[in-house]
Amino acid sequence: MTHGTAAKGQTAIRVAQVHKSFGRKHVLRDITLTVESGEIFGLLGPSGSGKTTLVKLIAGLDDATSGEVEVAGVRMPSLGMLSKIGYMAQSDALYTELTAKENLAFFASLYGLSGVQRAKRMAEVMELVNLSDAMNGVVSAYSGGMKRRLSLAIALLHQPGILILDEPTVGIDPVLRKAVWDELKRMSEAGTTILVTTHVMDEAEKCHRLGLIRNGVVMAVGTPEQLKQDTGAGSVEEAFLVYGGGEQ
Amino acid sequence: MRLGALILRIVRQFWHDKRTLGLMFIAPLLVLWLVSLVFNGNAYHPHVGTVQLPAQWTAQLSRAGADVSTYDTAAAAESALKSHELDAYVAWSSGTLQVRLEGSDPSINKSVLLLLQQALSTHAAPVGGVPTSVITYLYGSADMSTFDGVGPVLIGVFAFFFVFLIAGIAFLRERTSGTLERLMATPLRRWEMVLGYVIGFGIFTTLQSAVLTAFAVYGLGLMMNGQLVLLLLVTLLLSMTALTLGTLLSSFANSEFQMMQFIPLVIVPQIFLSGLFNMDNMAVWLRWLGKMMPLSYAADALRDVMIRGRGLTDIYPDLLMLLAFSLVFMVANTISLRKYRRV
Repeated sequence: MTHGTAAKGQTAIRVAQVHKSFGRKHVLRDITLTVESGEIFGLLGPSGSGKTTLVKLIAGLDDATSGEVEVAGVRMPSLGMLSKIGYMAQSDALYTELTAKENLAFFASLYGLSGVQRAKRMAEVMELVNLSDAMNGVVSAYSGGMKRRLSLAIALLHQPGILILDEPTVGIDPVLRKAVWDELKRMSEAGTTILVTTHVMDEAEKCHRLGLIRNGVVMAVGTPEQLKQDTGAGSVEEAFLVYGGGEQ
Repeated sequence: MRLGALILRIVRQFWHDKRTLGLMFIAPLLVLWLVSLVFNGNAYHPHVGTVQLPAQWTAQLSRAGADVSTYDTAAAAESALKSHELDAYVAWSSGTLQVRLEGSDPSINKSVLLLLQQALSTHAAPVGGVPTSVITYLYGSADMSTFDGVGPVLIGVFAFFFVFLIAGIAFLRERTSGTLERLMATPLRRWEMVLGYVIGFGIFTTLQSAVLTAFAVYGLGLMMNGQLVLLLLVTLLLSMTALTLGTLLSSFANSEFQMMQFIPLVIVPQIFLSGLFNMDNMAVWLRWLGKMMPLSYAADALRDVMIRGRGLTDIYPDLLMLLAFSLVFMVANTISLRKYRRV
């Protein structure tokens, strides 16, 4: 599997011995993983497994109880890194009383885009998520899938080198989901590192490498082929079950 | 640039939400107008009954402003008292004047007694024996109404209340909708977030203060002996404390419902302890509690400007206190945002 023009072997995200607990509840236990520059790394696991917590630690939105999180060699949380990261939260963090255009303009300005360049990027990302026609629509009138796509568009605005997407394709129809994944693949080939969480198995197959996570523990890391081979399973789903993902 | 983007966004949100805009501008005017009607009712004329009273005294009661009815027996007057037709009756029997009051409303009791005193003392005084008195006022005047007295405080109360609520809920919605967390994933600084809210909402609170004070002075004819610009300045600084306190307290609420729960805790005590009622007779600890409330400084300054016609040199300590409250709330809010991002 080629990673395009990205500098191979460079570590984009490094998570080392990370623990995270909220009070007595241990959400993440001894997480260690690395994401290489330009790869699409998928975090696969059921809801409540700790995916979102891990992603937030990497995005600098929370502190690990112990352990280290580095993005591009910088210890997180770091203000300087935030402009290099594109983040899409699990909930659509949109201003529903504003139009899509006003939402985009606001976030673009926060990332320092202005003038012609801002307008150009806004049009580009909306084209990408197939929302160009709804540019002037008020977000409260958007469907769930449209809101999800607008959230994705906002995450892409400033052309971040590292993209962190928390369940990006929930509520998006299969045709558009394919389009989104094609775009992620294109961006990865252009050198963007992409960390994506999902609980959809067919999406997992499209990642370069996968981390299987359950109950706050990373059970296995590898390419989808490796994981299948190691377990003798026919699909990632079966592999996940072999690693204990099916235990409740 | 980031600050500008945040301010622009807040303005746009207001623009899309005309109803909230209306609440902020119309509601305080409406409530202030209603209160002015309540306080500015015509002077009360007590209903007084007389039983076997010399005609001369009855005439004096009428002249003093009483609405007098005569009764033949005390029993008839008593039943009129019971059925609320009378506030009091005066009976003359065997050389003593007997006054019986309905008594359920202290303010009516007072006005009846005052009236009787005025009416009957002129009769009792020997002709030419009472020295003429000259009454003058340092502040205010004889025709100053109750509303002139409480109006300045009420301007403060309503400005504070609506700004506190609207700003608090707006900031709360950033938390509950997930946009606050999303913003913390952008390079927006925590202090920029707080300052952006202060400036963005500040634009509207400035306009609100201008409309409210102009309405109070020119629309309702509230007594105004000082400079309008000072009145505006006090109202604006008070609105800033409401804005910063509302956004700060919203971090202790998880829903709009919980935000509403701050009204009886934060707003109502301020109304009662800020000088709407005379604080001198209250317990010392209550007066100290009043001193911890932004509204009491604003009420003090508003009264100084509107009733006493004082200038900046007299009210600047109050203004500094309001400014200090705002700054403390802003810093506390910036710190509380660490919950979302440590840096």
